[in-house]
Amino acid sequence: MKALLFERNLPRFAASRLLSTIGSGRGAAVGPLRLTDVDTPIPPDLDWHVLRPTLSGICGSDLATIDGRTSRYFEDIVSFPFVPGHEVVGVLDGGGEDHAGTPLPPGSRAVVEPVLGCRPRSIVPECPDCAAGDHGLCGNTAFGTLPPGLQTGFCQGTGGGWSTAGLVAHRSQIHAVPPGMTDEAAVMIEPTACAVHAVLSAPIQAGDTVAVIGAGTLGLAAVAALHHLVAPETPCTLLVGARYDHQRRLAGDLGADVVVPADHLARAVRRHTGSLSLGGRLTGGADVVFDCVGSAASLDQSLSMVRPRGTVVLMGMPGRLKVDLAVLWHREIRLVGAYAYGHEPAGSPPEQGGPRARRPEGTTHGIRTFDLAIDLVERADLGRLVSAAYPLDRFEEALAHAGAAGRRGAVKVTFDLRSRKGQP
Amino acid sequence: MSPRPGFVLEVDRSTPPTLFWHGERFTLEKLPEGSRVVYAPEPRQPLADPVGAIRHALDHPHGDSAPLRDLLRPGMRLTIAFDDISLPLPPMERPDIRQMVIEEVLDRAASAGVDDVELIVALALHRRMTEAELRHAIGDRVYDAFAPNGLLTQHDAEDPAALVHLGRTEQGEDVEINRRAAESDLLVYVNINLVAMDGGHKSVATGLASYRSLRHHHNPETMRRSRSFMDQHHSELHSSNWRMGRLIAASGIRVFQIETTLNTDTFPHQFGFLQKREWEWGTKDRLGYLGLSQVLDRTPPRLARQVFHSIRAPHRMTSVQAGEVEAVHAVTTAEVWRQQGVAVEGQTDILTMGLPYISPYNVNSILNPILVACLGLGYFFNLYRGKPLVREGGVVIMSHPTPWEFHPVHHPSYIDFFEQVLSQTTDPVEIAKTYEESFATDPWYVHLYRTGHAYHGVHPFYMWYWCAHALSHLGAVIVVGGHAPAVRRLGFRPASSMADALEMASDVVGRSPTLTHLHAPPILMADVQ
Repeated sequence: MKALLFERNLPRFAASRLLSTIGSGRGAAVGPLRLTDVDTPIPPDLDWHVLRPTLSGICGSDLATIDGRTSRYFEDIVSFPFVPGHEVVGVLDGGGEDHAGTPLPPGSRAVVEPVLGCRPRSIVPECPDCAAGDHGLCGNTAFGTLPPGLQTGFCQGTGGGWSTAGLVAHRSQIHAVPPGMTDEAAVMIEPTACAVHAVLSAPIQAGDTVAVIGAGTLGLAAVAALHHLVAPETPCTLLVGARYDHQRRLAGDLGADVVVPADHLARAVRRHTGSLSLGGRLTGGADVVFDCVGSAASLDQSLSMVRPRGTVVLMGMPGRLKVDLAVLWHREIRLVGAYAYGHEPAGSPPEQGGPRARRPEGTTHGIRTFDLAIDLVERADLGRLVSAAYPLDRFEEALAHAGAAGRRGAVKVTFDLRSRKGQP
Repeated sequence: MSPRPGFVLEVDRSTPPTLFWHGERFTLEKLPEGSRVVYAPEPRQPLADPVGAIRHALDHPHGDSAPLRDLLRPGMRLTIAFDDISLPLPPMERPDIRQMVIEEVLDRAASAGVDDVELIVALALHRRMTEAELRHAIGDRVYDAFAPNGLLTQHDAEDPAALVHLGRTEQGEDVEINRRAAESDLLVYVNINLVAMDGGHKSVATGLASYRSLRHHHNPETMRRSRSFMDQHHSELHSSNWRMGRLIAASGIRVFQIETTLNTDTFPHQFGFLQKREWEWGTKDRLGYLGLSQVLDRTPPRLARQVFHSIRAPHRMTSVQAGEVEAVHAVTTAEVWRQQGVAVEGQTDILTMGLPYISPYNVNSILNPILVACLGLGYFFNLYRGKPLVREGGVVIMSHPTPWEFHPVHHPSYIDFFEQVLSQTTDPVEIAKTYEESFATDPWYVHLYRTGHAYHGVHPFYMWYWCAHALSHLGAVIVVGGHAPAVRRLGFRPASSMADALEMASDVVGRSPTLTHLHAPPILMADVQ
């Protein structure tokens, strides 16, 4: 069985970082990632199950890791060597149970909710965040029975999705794939859950102007989430800045009200909000801006187009950024991060209807983000965002493609682990 | 020797290639045999004594008007309004006609003891002129006498305190114009009538009006029913302005109209070949063309633009008339047609045109894609009387680089119009219905119009509406040598060469179409029989 293994190797790390300056993902050939034989991980106990990945996505955070651009903040919450891949759909070889305790027969398809919080780590009692259902905020990702690792795909002990050997997942991480849902759609559940969490945590009010910067996977999923989960109950106007034609087309299809080239978003926000412009910044601006890029330029752009006391939601994974925060201070802008998922608080009373208002019977934490994401992927047909699938042995091409996805007309690039043809 | 009239050439095997403007460049195109090329009349002899002619006009008014000196008296309030930077094209060598006329009017006002005199640039919704542009238009003496004292202002169509609503026409059109002009004892309007469309009641009813007033005739429906803008009697744009002008007169506002016409001596002697018919080019013309073309091929577009916009045209005044608006304008229109009219027999399947670097709305600026469309379909297409040069369902082929480029100071709302409106629809009616009001009332555009040098937020809409008649009339619009994405955004088809364009046109008009080339500038107007 083969897997792509990411090792701690400083010379290769440096070489990868150097080559990534040519283009994201281009350093894969010389970096710390290599294709190697691995054994299937052994489940630590009966609460763990083996999942054979069928399709596994390449995320922006994976690319940042391979490019050597990841913040050193993460050093203590990953463990080497690890098999990347946290956007995973696969098959439970021996069956198992999902997060709700529902039995799943052998051969069942499932997706992994990759956060490795207190429960997979057998930490009792759970930390307050896990206890509250916000396992994405778990502070124990370096402790317990597992090696450090904030998620499956960054942890030595679990394996990851870029592997034909499989990975192990705690039952609390397992979500059954609905019958009829394609693998392409299922692999979009994890990134969609990130978008759902970010969108539902934003303080959007009826009549607000909401801007989304970036229309890659996260940005487009955010557009779908805003359109399907927020707008029906809280009508708002959604403006999207997208760099490439296909992204603009998809953003419009997914429900954006106004779609413009990325460098025109501030102009569109200005016009829509009736603001004036002063020194490149708006006097008014959008009520909420989702930065789905996470670069200094995108954050600067976000701050330039959000209204005083508005909110910038940082969805794209940032590193160390150099940004002038005078505007944030002066205009009392709220800058909030949005990482992963957990449970989303129920919003309005159930009788008002709408997705945000639904509170499943018997739950104490609100709605599980992954449940909302599964529903959204189906409703918005987000499987269409999967543009390419590569076998593992063409990982260099795959990563280069993912690193240039927008330019090459793609959105989500994946590893296809279903076909044995061409597989090592 | 009297100047030769306009001419329609039928292209045969011996006809040399035809010159096409292509923005800040030129091309020579070999047109198919049997094509027609419409050439402008040669420049008429200018008035030998323009100042004397102006004095005569002021003393011998047309229509129901007393001579200017009899309208002036001590203690009165006199306002002189004049055309803005959009006229003439290209800007003329000094002294500008406006300077000559205004100096004469001011001399008479001074002689009559009139102290309360103000000058207003009739901007409508155009950009404010710079000091240098104003000095060029009215001369340093007038500028220095009025501007420092706040007596030279630029019409502000967004200042409620500076506007007065005079009422509505019988068709419900609001007439709202500049308060100072309306409350003066005498309003003198100084025109440069470059084409037949200019002047008449349009001077005050448009040049000194507000958006509230302008929207009644600057809309797709009116534009479509103006056939053409150059033919006042078949132009709904003019009908509306005439209704407004008569209401202005009925409101007690006394307008003393001064209109002037120019000859078509458009380019300095270095560009002499542009004024000639190709088969009459001498060695000097050929060398001039080749030398200039080679230099331009090596010149960065921005520098080429600067060079062309520094051109000052040698055109000279051919007539001046003053007095009552309608009577004056009738004489002016006849003078314009005398200079520019060319009789053309019948319509054509394909109309070709080479678009130059300049239009009324990009003097010292960039001819952005919207202005390219307006210059071709709003202006050149409408240079006719009778019928359009091109038949209904025919094709217009325009030659212009059409860069995706905008002047950020002059055309801010154009940028958003191009990106946010034309990306959704190119239908003028839909555009008007869905987007116009939000642009017209956008506080940022209003601010830039009032305090900077920006065209009003609604101005790109008007440019698109100018195209409305052509857009509904034509089967296709093809742009040769244009930046393909920009051309497509306009809803037109890009072609890499004239041969390509003709091939593409054959899909619309068949394999053996008739073709007519509008050889302008110099400006001409086709009297299509």
